[in-house]
Amino acid sequence: MSFSGPKHYRVESAKSLKDRPSVRASVTSATDTFNANRSDAYSQIDSDLWRDWARDVKSHALTNLDQYLEQAETQLLANGAKVHWADTAHDALRLLEEIVRDHGISTAVKAKSMLSEELGINEHLEDLGVHVRETDLGEYIIQLIGEPPSHIVGPAIHRSLEDCQRLFHEKFGTPLDDGPDALAATAREALREEFLAADLGISGGNFLVAETGTVALIENEGNIRLSTSLPRVHIALVGIEKIVPRLEDVSGFVQLTSRAATGQPIGNFFSLIQGPKRDGDIDGPEEVHVILVDNGRTRLLADDKAWEALRCVRCGACLNICPVYRQTGGHPYGWTYSGPIGAIIAPGMLGIEEAMPLPYASSLCGACVDECPVRIPIPELLLHWREKAVEKGLTSAIESAGIKAYTKAAERPAIFRAAGAMLRHIPLEAGGRALPILSDWVKERSAPKSSKKSFMQQWKEGIE
Amino acid sequence: MKAALFATCLGDQFYADACADAVRLLRYAGVDVDVPQSQTCCGQPAYNAGRKPEAIRMAYQTLDTFDSADYVVLPSGSCAGMIRCFYPDLMNNELERAQDLAARTYELSHFLVEVLGIRDLGSGLKGKRIAYHHSCHALRELGVCDHPISLLKNCGAEVVSWEADEECCGFGGLFSAKLPEVSAAMADRKLDTLPGVDFVTSTDGGCLLQLSGRGDRHRLSVQFRHLASVLWEGVGL
Repeated sequence: MSFSGPKHYRVESAKSLKDRPSVRASVTSATDTFNANRSDAYSQIDSDLWRDWARDVKSHALTNLDQYLEQAETQLLANGAKVHWADTAHDALRLLEEIVRDHGISTAVKAKSMLSEELGINEHLEDLGVHVRETDLGEYIIQLIGEPPSHIVGPAIHRSLEDCQRLFHEKFGTPLDDGPDALAATAREALREEFLAADLGISGGNFLVAETGTVALIENEGNIRLSTSLPRVHIALVGIEKIVPRLEDVSGFVQLTSRAATGQPIGNFFSLIQGPKRDGDIDGPEEVHVILVDNGRTRLLADDKAWEALRCVRCGACLNICPVYRQTGGHPYGWTYSGPIGAIIAPGMLGIEEAMPLPYASSLCGACVDECPVRIPIPELLLHWREKAVEKGLTSAIESAGIKAYTKAAERPAIFRAAGAMLRHIPLEAGGRALPILSDWVKERSAPKSSKKSFMQQWKEGIE
Repeated sequence: MKAALFATCLGDQFYADACADAVRLLRYAGVDVDVPQSQTCCGQPAYNAGRKPEAIRMAYQTLDTFDSADYVVLPSGSCAGMIRCFYPDLMNNELERAQDLAARTYELSHFLVEVLGIRDLGSGLKGKRIAYHHSCHALRELGVCDHPISLLKNCGAEVVSWEADEECCGFGGLFSAKLPEVSAAMADRKLDTLPGVDFVTSTDGGCLLQLSGRGDRHRLSVQFRHLASVLWEGVGL
């Protein structure tokens, strides 16, 4: 299964709710844990102050992106890494292909990277005849199943323990009642062989330090450390928005991102990659390639409001707290990034036409704003994209006509009241199916019951 | 003390009795209540649909209606949030008037506690077990959190803890009709976690329509009542 684009969001979300209730149960339960842990972790620090700081550093970096990217490139080259620039996914795949061909690579291990999902790395490598193995446990599970990730941090969040027990039983013959630790041990054993055999390790990058040319990676399982140090070639795919000015900044970001993502003070493993193995080093890759990827990011940066979404550190906190995301997980969103952050970067990166109806996949409850570690004004940006969608005529004609008529009436109180009086005489439960908007409402709920007398009528008659 | 009541479009049609109870409550608290006749809709449905030009027109209608009121009180956190948080941005060329209106505008329980300084209304809710649903906009835009709960408790009610009390009910205006399946699942999350209570209450009619409509579909017997009516009962006259 791969993503087919956001446009089927309504159908896919409804299908998920109807046909796969276990997805909702798994996602709700896992996000409950994420939320409790994050809340606890935020409460241990002056999180408001940290988040202001993180917002400011990221905004500064994005406002001076050209300068910092050039600085990062110079430093990376000085460290002995090779630097490539990819404007599009196609460019990135072509660069990858060249490296694979140059080095005669036949097997690759992958550290978890949403950018690699965005670019479609696995399919491409497989087409080239390269055996690719995901090494993050969640990614490993969904790779075995053949699904894309449904969460930025917990790619298999939509899968229950029972799903995993059944999968491992089928693939490895493990007992059906193996607990999480036993399942992880089975995966670890299988993955060890793959790590040792791999010619190529592919990772993303949580941060790229301009000052030192350092790629910083946070993880919990140690698979990133292995993927980036065992194979003879390491490719780091890094989105251009991942830049931070100074090494010192990473110290704050690794802590804040860990707290926001999983509620940990810091991830179990933290790698700072400076370049290939140097003389005297015991291990490390012979070559490090850093592919700096745009793929729609400068397009988003050019938007005078939505550029703020590029501050995102991909912690997943907005997904975890989002009551919309929590009902279905990420798959119905139809592309790599789901939840609130997906809904605000999709229109900028893919184009608003391609991103519909994601800006509307929110009740605007605002819960995400309180959690975002880099203070992205998510509801504001959802509204911003809704305005763009209206401007481009991407919303329904009935809605447009309805709101225009409603506005006209609202400017004429007498007409507004007369219309309200008429509405009260329609039996909404029976008649609702014939009315636009209400017909969709009564599909899932009983129709609202009008008051016997409107309040304005009661006021006119006198309230005792 | 004088205040104008903005019943809101939803309140006028679907929670008319609660609006009338809001009038009774305010009068009981010594407020001289006015209901300006030119009030219609705050414009939030258009604003949230991405239709700023229409929202602006309704905002001006509202601004003109309540220009001379000392305070504007709404039995809705959502519409109060619209006026307080978004009007100033919408009406750039009338910024001062918009800011002035925003500063005078309150959700009902917020007004009772913050402006009137009321703590105790009466003891009419003695023995009642109540679940309070935080409307997202009352909670996050206005910071209305303890105000209604303390009023309910001081009327003798037991406000029971509810795991999902701060989670969105899934109404979201047009959202509930655009994505009805997800919206209903959101309501189900609220209803599935609801403890045994006499009734559920909230500041916002929109949330109550959503929760009661879905509850009715599931044939739940629990009642969903507007905060204005519950507080009026709390007075216990």
